[in-house]
Amino acid sequence: MAAEQHRKQRIDRGIKVRSDGIYALMSGRELAYLVLPRSTLIVGLLLLPLLLPDLYWQRVITITCLYALLAISFDFLAHHVGLVSLGGAFYVGVGGYLAALGNTALGLPVWATIPLATAGGGIVCTLLLLPCLPLRGVYFAIVTLMYPLFMARLIEAFDIVGGTDGIIGIDGFPNHWVEQYVLITMVLLLLFGLRRLAATDFGLVLRGIKDNDQAVRASGIQVIRYKAAAVFIAAAMGCLAGACLVHIYMWSGISQFALDFSILPIAATVIGGAGTLVGAVLGCLILVPLSELLRDFGSLRIVFYALLLVAFIIFRSEGIFNYARRKYEQFERWIPI
Amino acid sequence: MEILIYGTINSITLALYALGFAVVYGVSRLPNFAHGALYVLSGFIAWTLLNTLRLPYLPAVLLAVLATGLIGALIYQLVLIRIRGMEIAEIIASYALGLAMLEGLRWGGFKGMTYTLPALLSGSTIIAGVPVDYQRLLMCGIGAVVIALLWWCTHHTRTGLALRGMAQDEQAAMMLGVDSDRMALVAMACGSMLAALAAILLLPLGSIVVENGYNVLILAIAVCIVGGLGSWMGAVLAAFLIGFSQILTVVYLGAHFQMVVAFAAIIVTLILKPSGLLGQQKELEERV
Repeated sequence: MAAEQHRKQRIDRGIKVRSDGIYALMSGRELAYLVLPRSTLIVGLLLLPLLLPDLYWQRVITITCLYALLAISFDFLAHHVGLVSLGGAFYVGVGGYLAALGNTALGLPVWATIPLATAGGGIVCTLLLLPCLPLRGVYFAIVTLMYPLFMARLIEAFDIVGGTDGIIGIDGFPNHWVEQYVLITMVLLLLFGLRRLAATDFGLVLRGIKDNDQAVRASGIQVIRYKAAAVFIAAAMGCLAGACLVHIYMWSGISQFALDFSILPIAATVIGGAGTLVGAVLGCLILVPLSELLRDFGSLRIVFYALLLVAFIIFRSEGIFNYARRKYEQFERWIPI
Repeated sequence: MEILIYGTINSITLALYALGFAVVYGVSRLPNFAHGALYVLSGFIAWTLLNTLRLPYLPAVLLAVLATGLIGALIYQLVLIRIRGMEIAEIIASYALGLAMLEGLRWGGFKGMTYTLPALLSGSTIIAGVPVDYQRLLMCGIGAVVIALLWWCTHHTRTGLALRGMAQDEQAAMMLGVDSDRMALVAMACGSMLAALAAILLLPLGSIVVENGYNVLILAIAVCIVGGLGSWMGAVLAAFLIGFSQILTVVYLGAHFQMVVAFAAIIVTLILKPSGLLGQQKELEERV
């Protein structure tokens, strides 16, 4: 007789089932089950600057938040709308240059340049990407990969907005507490805002576009308009990150179109858990400090993330967050067949 | 006359860059974003074989081409085969692999102007009043031969016909007994070897720099999109179109605009006819 075979059975935990329905939210335990994971993230992020008073680590926190914004934007566009944008650096560059120009040429203060660069950059990026929006899959990825490289070339070739030297003499934030809390608040607001958005009808249409855009079009919905709106949201987030970056470093240059801003958020999203938005933030919280620790290795660290990324895509394509969520919500057992 | 000669040379350069990418995408629908990295990598392999192991020119070059083919096949067999059909994962994984190769080479100290491959032929001649060096002529010759050979192989050999069958309709090809994974593997190896061949012919004209990898990838993709992703002859045609327009802009507008042309070509093509000049994909599948 053949050896007894087993299969893994996964069943939702009772507490999950009970707390799914609003009527069951009566016991403190069920409330805690729902609230604890979310509040851990929120409180943890808010406390982070207080726990790490070292100036160096405070800079790392701000950079992590910048990358988190980019990662959320990538995750939203790729896994909720189905547009894979390999050009996160493009948004960073556009937002950064707009903020820098607003600050140096027009003399606007920091609190005015950041919102302006965010909204204006979002509009500029959306307009520039508008011709490519009917494309899908590979085509869109290719075009977005080229935009940042192309912009860098253009700035070099025409020697506009500072050329290869960049723009210097940009105002910084009043102090690093403001800097950190502005970014942390933005990350949290946008994270939970987008999660909420994904649950609305608007988010439903976007997911429909991702799964089957022909069907969405057949339902009489203008696909392009929805895609443009989604690209605007994602681009504005990237521009926000770029504008903050420029004010943090008080300098704006071609390096903002560099590949780092495109690849790291993608790696963070895949490692953290694609499609969950929170996973993107988690991935950044892991990868960015790690890359700071590996700074001595120079370009070897890019090799390191790239390989980590490939390994995750092949062996753990669900990502850390989805894995953790499964463990949290379900129990597993082996049962004989 | 200058425009004609340099235009032809530039076009064949572009065609050589793009063919490898077109072959892989055409057969297996895998956008091989590691293409540029394979190009640079094969240059370094050839350099190492020549200068560290002191092999003579021809064996070193042949070994480099074969090694790159092998690396391409390994990439397919170990990584890409597991994620075929998942578009997002394919793009990200191949891009990450290419990035790892290029940045690894940069870390390994291959940077600066010190690494050059020797040309097979040195010296130059004058054609119709325009000086042209032999390596460029050789490149044109070999480029033409490769294009012809590719055409012959895909029309008259069993493997070639199977590859073409896969490119046209994968499911029908599988029903007729074509092993889809094996063919994709062959295509990936061929594509990598074409990238290596391009590197061996073109790198002697400059020095081996890591940044080349990104430029080659972009140009290859530009040519493939304009020609129609997956159409090999379309890629050749598009290479001539972009090649000549690049030379014309260099002559009349300035060298800075060379990349702008490639980019503009992509945008215009994507807006007007996303399946490209000779692309045979159904319009509905690639745009809404």
